[in-house]
Amino acid sequence: MQYLLSVIHDQDSLATPEEDAAIDVFNDRLRTEGHWVFAGGLASPDTATVIDSRGGEALVTDGPFLESKEYLAGFWIIEAPDLDVALKLAVAGSKACNRRIEVRPFQ
Amino acid sequence: MNTVDVREAVTRAHHEEWARVVAALTRRFGDLDIAEEASAEAFATAVERWRADGVPPNPGAWLTTTANRKAIDRLRRESKRGDKHKEAQMLYDSTPSEPPGAIDDDRLRLIFICCHPALAMEARVALTLRMVGGLTVPEIARAFLVRGTTMEQRITRAKAKIKAARIPYRMPSAGDLPARVSGVLAVLFLVFNEGYLASGPDTDPVRQDLTTEAIRLTRLIRALLPQDGEVAGLLALMLLIEARRPARVSSSGELISLAEQDRGAWDAELIAEGHRLVRERLAAAAAGVAPGRYQVLAAINAVHTSARDIRDTDWSQVLALYDQLVRLDPSPIIALNRAIAVAELDGPEVALAIVDGLAEVLAGYHAYHATRADLLRRLGRSRQSRAAYDRAIELAGNTGETAYLTRRRDQLR
Repeated sequence: MQYLLSVIHDQDSLATPEEDAAIDVFNDRLRTEGHWVFAGGLASPDTATVIDSRGGEALVTDGPFLESKEYLAGFWIIEAPDLDVALKLAVAGSKACNRRIEVRPFQ
Repeated sequence: MNTVDVREAVTRAHHEEWARVVAALTRRFGDLDIAEEASAEAFATAVERWRADGVPPNPGAWLTTTANRKAIDRLRRESKRGDKHKEAQMLYDSTPSEPPGAIDDDRLRLIFICCHPALAMEARVALTLRMVGGLTVPEIARAFLVRGTTMEQRITRAKAKIKAARIPYRMPSAGDLPARVSGVLAVLFLVFNEGYLASGPDTDPVRQDLTTEAIRLTRLIRALLPQDGEVAGLLALMLLIEARRPARVSSSGELISLAEQDRGAWDAELIAEGHRLVRERLAAAAAGVAPGRYQVLAAINAVHTSARDIRDTDWSQVLALYDQLVRLDPSPIIALNRAIAVAELDGPEVALAIVDGLAEVLAGYHAYHATRADLLRRLGRSRQSRAAYDRAIELAGNTGETAYLTRRRDQLR
């Protein structure tokens, strides 16, 4: 079973060097314990471009699809046997990156 | 067999066996939905069949077998229709994980899954009353003053989340157990409190169906986790509060304060049982096991139920227990209740100073204003007391309490 752990960013500053180091330690743990699938940090929402091809011709818009104080700053995709394991990992992940984390199962 | 006897037998079986049947089916089929539906069908079948054939010697086994058959029928029907099914079977851990003192019982797994911290509190309450308590959806909806369809959705959504997010059907690990048990107790205490001080303008002041159900479920958990001090503490607390219920509402529907209650009307049997549990926990505490908040709350209630008259209340004992409670749970509501004991020992003026210090956090809480009103009244500050009663009446959600506060206010001249 795979879960998406979304890192919710709600402050002005980006990750500090201490947070980056803690994230590395957490990533190593995910790999050693066999939970690692994929992870990444995202550039700021200002860099986003939205495409809408539903009307036939592609409509290109500058900026994120949702203007909000909170945005997705990064994510992990993990493999876990059940939600209890995923939540435990999210607790450690939230501590490591010092941000809130949303845990959501893949279909 | 006559209809009344059969109906009684089914009701008794429902009380004793519902959770066991649902729990066993959940384990076998890995799906709360199937377990719930098949169990409900089995009980409906029992009403007909037992009338014709008589009550079976082992109703629990009969119900489980029948429910199993109903579940298999449903799965066959669905696979014939080619429904995509059982892809996300619930995870069941069959390795016996026996925390100290716990009986390995499927009903415990059922309770823990219904009270899982990833579910919203109101979903936990609804799911626990449905799956463990066996209350029907309309019954639960009535108890919480929401529409039947709303309650149905709440339960359906919770079951869907359990399935989609894979909340496992297993005992929490020994390390997680205390936190998970305390989550279960919070659900049961919430059900009890909603019964004890029911909210809503057209609701009876006390909802006995809810207090009774909460006590029944807490007894079940006590039987399953006999070594857990907080489970014993919560059961004792509920019993000692429930014991005073007959004296708590006047014939005109007004709440009666502890000081004015007819103590002869208290339920002596429940008090004796509650006191036995409190003594058991006191002995454990003397042996070095630190008591949790439910045990201390139960002990405070035991001091009250030990006094034949309000004037016999050992207030210094009450205060000492509140001091202990504040260390465990430094919440402003505990501080407010502690102030009531302070008033008895050091006078209303000292207590009022403490209560006034809580103004900022408790300004929206009716009991804060009611306590203040009473202290001001005792100090002869009638005008301020009346204003505090006004505010308390505005905020109180319980009809019996509103009536009581109104009378106290109108006594002031």
